[in-house]
Amino acid sequence: MEFLGYINYWVFIVLMMSGFYLFLSARNLVKKIIGLNLFQTSVFIYYISTGKLRDGSVPIQTEGIESYSNPLPHVLILTAIVVGVASTALGLSLILRIKDDYGSIEEDEIDAQDVLS
Amino acid sequence: MIAEHAIILVVVLPLLVAPLCVLLGRGTLAWGAATLAVWSSFGLALHLLGRVLEEGVLRYQLGGWAPPVGIEYRLDLAGALVMTIVTAIGAVVLPYSFASVRREIDEHRHAWFYACLLLCFAGLLGITVTGDAFNLFVSLEISSLATYVLVSIGRDRRALTAAFRYLLLGTVGATFYLIGVGFLYQMTGTLNMEDMARILTEARPDGLGPVHSTKTVRAALAFLTVGTFLKIALFPLHVWLPNVYAYAPSVVSAFLSATATKVAILVLLRVFYTVDGKATPFDALPIADTMVPLAIVGALVASFVAIYQRDVKRLLAYSSIAQVGYMAIGIGLATQAGLAASLLHMINHAIMKGTLFLAVGCIVYRVGQTRLEGLRGVGREMPLTSTALVLGGLSLIGVPLTAGFVSKWALLQAVLADSHWIVAALILLSSLLSILYVGQVIHVLLLRKRPPGAAPIQEAPLWMVLPTLVLAIGNLWFGIASDQAAEVSRQAAEFLIREVAP
Amino acid sequence: MGVAIDIILLLFLLSIAFAACVTRNLFSAAMLFGIFSLISATLFVVLDAVDVAMTEAAVGTGVSTILILITLASTGYRVSPRPAGRQVLALAVSVVLGATMVYGTLDMPSLGSPDAPVHTHPIAQYYTEVSPVEMGIPNMVTPLLASYRGYDTLGETAVVFTAGIGVLALIGRRRRKDPLPIVEEFREGGANRHRVLRVISKQLIPPILLYACYVQAHGDFGPGGGFQAGVIFASGLMLFMLLFGVEHARRIIRPVVLEKLIALGLLIYGGVGLVNILQGGAFLDYRTLAHDPQHGLHYGILTIELGVGITVAAVITTIIYSFASHLRDHVMQRTLRLRQGADAAQTSPESGA
Repeated sequence: MEFLGYINYWVFIVLMMSGFYLFLSARNLVKKIIGLNLFQTSVFIYYISTGKLRDGSVPIQTEGIESYSNPLPHVLILTAIVVGVASTALGLSLILRIKDDYGSIEEDEIDAQDVLS
Repeated sequence: MIAEHAIILVVVLPLLVAPLCVLLGRGTLAWGAATLAVWSSFGLALHLLGRVLEEGVLRYQLGGWAPPVGIEYRLDLAGALVMTIVTAIGAVVLPYSFASVRREIDEHRHAWFYACLLLCFAGLLGITVTGDAFNLFVSLEISSLATYVLVSIGRDRRALTAAFRYLLLGTVGATFYLIGVGFLYQMTGTLNMEDMARILTEARPDGLGPVHSTKTVRAALAFLTVGTFLKIALFPLHVWLPNVYAYAPSVVSAFLSATATKVAILVLLRVFYTVDGKATPFDALPIADTMVPLAIVGALVASFVAIYQRDVKRLLAYSSIAQVGYMAIGIGLATQAGLAASLLHMINHAIMKGTLFLAVGCIVYRVGQTRLEGLRGVGREMPLTSTALVLGGLSLIGVPLTAGFVSKWALLQAVLADSHWIVAALILLSSLLSILYVGQVIHVLLLRKRPPGAAPIQEAPLWMVLPTLVLAIGNLWFGIASDQAAEVSRQAAEFLIREVAP
Repeated sequence: MGVAIDIILLLFLLSIAFAACVTRNLFSAAMLFGIFSLISATLFVVLDAVDVAMTEAAVGTGVSTILILITLASTGYRVSPRPAGRQVLALAVSVVLGATMVYGTLDMPSLGSPDAPVHTHPIAQYYTEVSPVEMGIPNMVTPLLASYRGYDTLGETAVVFTAGIGVLALIGRRRRKDPLPIVEEFREGGANRHRVLRVISKQLIPPILLYACYVQAHGDFGPGGGFQAGVIFASGLMLFMLLFGVEHARRIIRPVVLEKLIALGLLIYGGVGLVNILQGGAFLDYRTLAHDPQHGLHYGILTIELGVGITVAAVITTIIYSFASHLRDHVMQRTLRLRQGADAAQTSPESGA
């Protein structure tokens, strides 16, 4: 996988960029959340890749295996995934309430209503 | 035993009383438990501040694992200072919250409200005391998620959109922080801040200069800085802040405005000094060149916008952006005097904004709204509340004998010592603008007459006015007897800078 | 072989991300995100992170995607066109972000290089070599998660707790109060119309719950642990809810009970830490729990994993309940409104005549 080293990173970066682009360009609130999730998931992929050791194996002790990938990034990302889904759930329930109270989940229409009130 | 574990109990007590609040279920019981927890945290924080002043940095190994294998709690003076601010504001806000929350939040949500307030509190304290870069992210997210709930739990529908926008930008900020930590981890292999700082100065394996000169570390710094700027609400990344402070319940506005941005600034100091101190981030990146102009433009623009606000809470929110600008100027100077001035302003701003938002909360309790037109002459019928409001306002402007004056003066001196004449002039200009917006509020509240036929208004309940007045007197106390606070912030700044010195 | 899989997965991810950016339909965007998450879980397996893969598959593909879909069912799938100026700006900002990161990668050690600081720093050896001996637990992720960095996991549980309470505060229904009259069609879940589906799926629920318990207990030896178990347990309950309707599910496991369980899990976790302090150790130092430090570690890890499992299962179930009840109320209101509209349409010509 050696020659792929940098290409891998750059692919992760393109993924992050597309998520971030979706987040920034969308006016629909659900779409913003989807973009944010794509962005975060790509960051997770990058993190996990830092712990990978060439010829290393899954960090569960097994007979006859000497080198393991570093488990620390795995633990960090487990935490980050959980934090991510927690904010997604909160964001989506905010969206449901916004839909109830404003009748729309398009940013422009909501802003227009706020200006009037 | 308590002294030995104080550094962890201060965070864990409120964190564990939060689920207890949910188990108790009833609003009054939850309030009682929350108040006890916050007051004990305040006591512990004062104890810790005293010990840090005497003994220097305090350390605690979580789980009994020595760092960098385990997570370390590490309290230096800057951390202890911010911890004391947060707990003190919490201790004042909780007695106040009882009546205010009953008025502004539906009853079946009270226990949840106090649980989230405690979580937010515990998360903020966790940031002040942690010595681990990733644990900081976790604490940051605890406080942020709790904040989103706190903001949107009231009855104003505009709070929903404000909270949602904050959630989006807050998550982006946190993810940027995460990317930055990832880059640093990749170059150092550790997450402990001190260990990172040590490895950053070591030579790279390929012998090409120290680790901190690598492009990866520079990019990491850029991500950490931008992510933290979002949390601090430094211009032009401030867009989430005005509506959050304006439409959140009064208690939440008061607590957040006095604590959240301060803690975020501490994160910035951790990045610049504790983690990357020896790598001198101010040389590696054009931080000073971007931060000071952004901060000063932000202070001016926000002050200017504040003048045109028709809603008192929004007006105060914009003023907060301006004040954060002052603190950022001090940090951007990268001198000890500037840093000390920033820290001092942090204390004083917490006191004055706390006073102002609590006083506005008293008015909301009686009048039910915050638009300036509706508040004509209200201050005349609420003498104690308006006394607090005037004191807080004077301090915000920076009138001598108030806390605001002391720290602004220190900031000006620091700026002039570096002979940035233009910056000093612009700070003064922004202070002049603050006279306009504070004056407008005082004018409407005290000098205008109540519209004929309006119902008479009573002073707010004692348990709301008393905490407000305590903070208001704090403005005078820290204005007149300012030596102690100034000395502590000077020492804290000296310690941070000394970490940088090789 | 590894390289080929890697390239194929990356190409998949790229094309999905691209499709998600261009699609105008929110339903397809949500599904694309679910697929993206599933494929990244596969990539995690290639990168040796099996625990993460399990979590990502359960959370990203499962919980997040379902929550997005339920939200969309209430809010609608249409997206209004985006103004071009905003797209250009968004593209510019994303390019700046990407450029900064590419700049950052230039000095990075290449992927998997054994000379990378991540692998040469002593703690890497500690986690892979000392930890299995010290702990007697083969899965290196579990002790790292539950003990060495157990405090992070306590924070993570607190975050989950906050999300649960937050969703309740935002869209949870008031207790003992249902303002809407129940429309007959909604009294039962959709399953009565799909008898085969119900009979088969019903068989699946007990094995799912059992599997959750297995994952909970087996975290020391294989991938798994409290968090994954909690999500799997909740998904079993979710299947029940889909089959028999949210009202029925709410009667079996009452929301109030769930609310208390959310709090209980976090208290168990924190309580272990406080007990450690009382035993004279540091917070979360499980070695104080028994005479033999290794036994203490095992007891501690099992207990806190249980706490995590309880909170996570209760929170995810609460969130799904709240979202589903919200959707149900929404649909019912719409049906009532349509029916009233139809009634009005019927009566108006008569009154006209």
